[in-house]
Amino acid sequence: MNARNLILFALVAGLYVATGVLQSWNLSLSILNAALLTTIAALGVNMQWGYAGLFSVGTMGFTALGGLAVVLISARPNVDNWQAGGPGILLALVLGALAGIAAVFAWRRLAPGRTRALIVAAILIGGFFLFRAVFDPNVTAAEAVNPQFAGNLGGLGLPSLVAWPVGGLLAAAAAWAIGKTALGLRSDYLAIATLGIAEITVSVIKNEDWLARGVKNLIDLPRPWPVPYEVQLQQQAGFLDFVSRWGLDPVTASTIGVKLLYAGMFGIVLGIIIWAFERALNSPWGRMMRAIRDNEVSAAAMGKDVTGRHLQVFILGSAVIGFAGAMMTSMDGQLTPGTYNPLRFTFLVWVMVIVGGSGNNWGTVLGGLLIGWLWLVVENIGPNIMGYITAGMPEGAFRNHLVGSAEHMRLLSMGVILLVVMRFSPRGLIPEK
Amino acid sequence: MDALNALVAFLNFVFIPGLSYGAQLALGALGVTLIYGILRFSNFAHGDTMAFGAMVTILMTWWLQSLGVTFGPLPTALLALPFGIAATAAFVLATDRVVYRFYRRQKASSTIVVIVSLGVMFVMNGVIRFIIGVDEQNFSDGARFVLNPNEFKTMTGLAEPLAIKTTQLVTVVTAIIVVGALFWFLQKTRTGKSMRAFSDNEDLALLSGINPDKVVAVTWIIAAGIATIAGTLYGLDKSFKPFTYFQLLLPIFAAAIVGGLGNPLGAIAGGFVIAFSEVMVTNAWKKIVTYLVPESMAPDTLVQLLSTDYKFAVSFTILIIVLLFMPTGLFKGKSL
Repeated sequence: MNARNLILFALVAGLYVATGVLQSWNLSLSILNAALLTTIAALGVNMQWGYAGLFSVGTMGFTALGGLAVVLISARPNVDNWQAGGPGILLALVLGALAGIAAVFAWRRLAPGRTRALIVAAILIGGFFLFRAVFDPNVTAAEAVNPQFAGNLGGLGLPSLVAWPVGGLLAAAAAWAIGKTALGLRSDYLAIATLGIAEITVSVIKNEDWLARGVKNLIDLPRPWPVPYEVQLQQQAGFLDFVSRWGLDPVTASTIGVKLLYAGMFGIVLGIIIWAFERALNSPWGRMMRAIRDNEVSAAAMGKDVTGRHLQVFILGSAVIGFAGAMMTSMDGQLTPGTYNPLRFTFLVWVMVIVGGSGNNWGTVLGGLLIGWLWLVVENIGPNIMGYITAGMPEGAFRNHLVGSAEHMRLLSMGVILLVVMRFSPRGLIPEK
Repeated sequence: MDALNALVAFLNFVFIPGLSYGAQLALGALGVTLIYGILRFSNFAHGDTMAFGAMVTILMTWWLQSLGVTFGPLPTALLALPFGIAATAAFVLATDRVVYRFYRRQKASSTIVVIVSLGVMFVMNGVIRFIIGVDEQNFSDGARFVLNPNEFKTMTGLAEPLAIKTTQLVTVVTAIIVVGALFWFLQKTRTGKSMRAFSDNEDLALLSGINPDKVVAVTWIIAAGIATIAGTLYGLDKSFKPFTYFQLLLPIFAAAIVGGLGNPLGAIAGGFVIAFSEVMVTNAWKKIVTYLVPESMAPDTLVQLLSTDYKFAVSFTILIIVLLFMPTGLFKGKSL
């Protein structure tokens, strides 16, 4: 890492320090935590786009799958709901999967022709109706129990730390399914396929109440292991002792302490991922990926399995995004499907990768921390700036409209940043070596 | 009599909504396919181009209405449409000049241009939200129904109503006119022929003296025009909300790809395939089935294959199926 890059990192660190000094350390640290998590997702996107040139705009879907994993693993079990419909729903899902497998099996084994098409269609249609026949009554039964506070099957009640890798696995499984169908095709198709999967994933989480309560939101997810609740901290003698010795306010100190602990955890995860990613990038595997990215035809001529490698890197990157998504939900302590929007969970991540320098992990980290800061700061200062700009205008509906719309400046500013960087510095702040 | 009622219910709940939605999708997909055929990238900003055009049309409609101008039984928006098209064409041409031209001259890969179009999409979306806000806007006026459901019932004595909304009729008629004009333009005019030549083989077209800048500009203008019309029709028929136009991207791309990217005929076919599948899979068939089967066999559920919340999943599923079995779409892609 050369002097220029160190200065860039120092400047970004300065932004966080300035936010802490000028506004509050609580704000600075919450921006940092959100930025760290999005940066981890950005590293996943960088692996797909920067290493291998795969254009996937489904980041939001993988993030949401990570969040779903937290609900399935660490939410407390709802025994009554489970008894009402749990086994039936599971049976229906298994039946649905079996019908799919049977259809694929039939397609592979039978000779091509009309008979094959008819048999496969019959298996799929019959399987669908069988699935719905088992699924529907059980869902109704499960959702009917205590819908005001539960209505979902609940999770396994295991610690959050277990849920994170499961989030990665769920995302990896989804990536495998998408990759198998769309990776052999033109690159635009992958973009559209991932966009579609992301929208569908979020709409499933929104609408299947038995799974995660849908838009009724699921709250009270447990915190990951070493992080205490602020209230607990404020009652601990040791903590109060420490605070009074330094002359701090216990309430502020406890919130900052919790955020610092999160920042530390996420920092460690980020560090491990960067270490692994750098090793991968500088190994024969990484060189092969870049060779494929730069010239698919000649890489294929050298005997490299282009589609296979693409599938591999797509799954790995998506797993990292799912992991980050699980950490986000764990930190928030709740799953709110309505908040998954492509701007925050897909586009922001892409801007981070491109601004930082695609293909370079350290660049992605720099871009992640910078754009993550900007993203939350624009929200705060946008209306203020608009207030200054329009200060000379007469009071009235038009001025109110302008000031009120300032929060949409986010969209505009991120789009402009992306366009400007793509145009004038397509290799990003820290270019690939 | 019962079969007749079933037919009317089918027309009312499946055929007519599917037809107007299909026309809107087809127009959207035509724009995407035109850009793909000539500029060779998937324009992610197309949904927001539709929203932008619809927005200008709405603002003009309100202005016209405030002047007391109306269009009789038809929505005033139709009078405002030319202004919307002009403004959108100007905006899109400016975007091409400022953003896309650079990448075209560099011969950048199509993936880069797609990412750039994502950036354009967000800038446009920001501008739209900035100007008109995120709320739902209603700008349909004039007569609400061409065929009023109650009048139909008294007229025919059937139990089932049949309703044709003015906006649905306007949608289908406008779509037919636009598609006819576009095909006439591509087949018969000099500029249209040079566009087709350019799409078929860029180098050959350049050699034979076709001016690429003109082809590109005309393409953008036509795409902006169709997008504005599609966006306005969709807004008239449902309602205008900036976010829904982003969500339309998926069915529009699905329609364009299912038909074969770059093929205008395919875009139209794809639009109707997607629209009818969405409507048919998410329709509650209970009423229609009840008319057709004996009373003892009447269904006690809604007979709905998928809940309406999953209509986007339908377009995506069809997209995947078509890609798996016919990677270039129903009609062979890329031939303008």
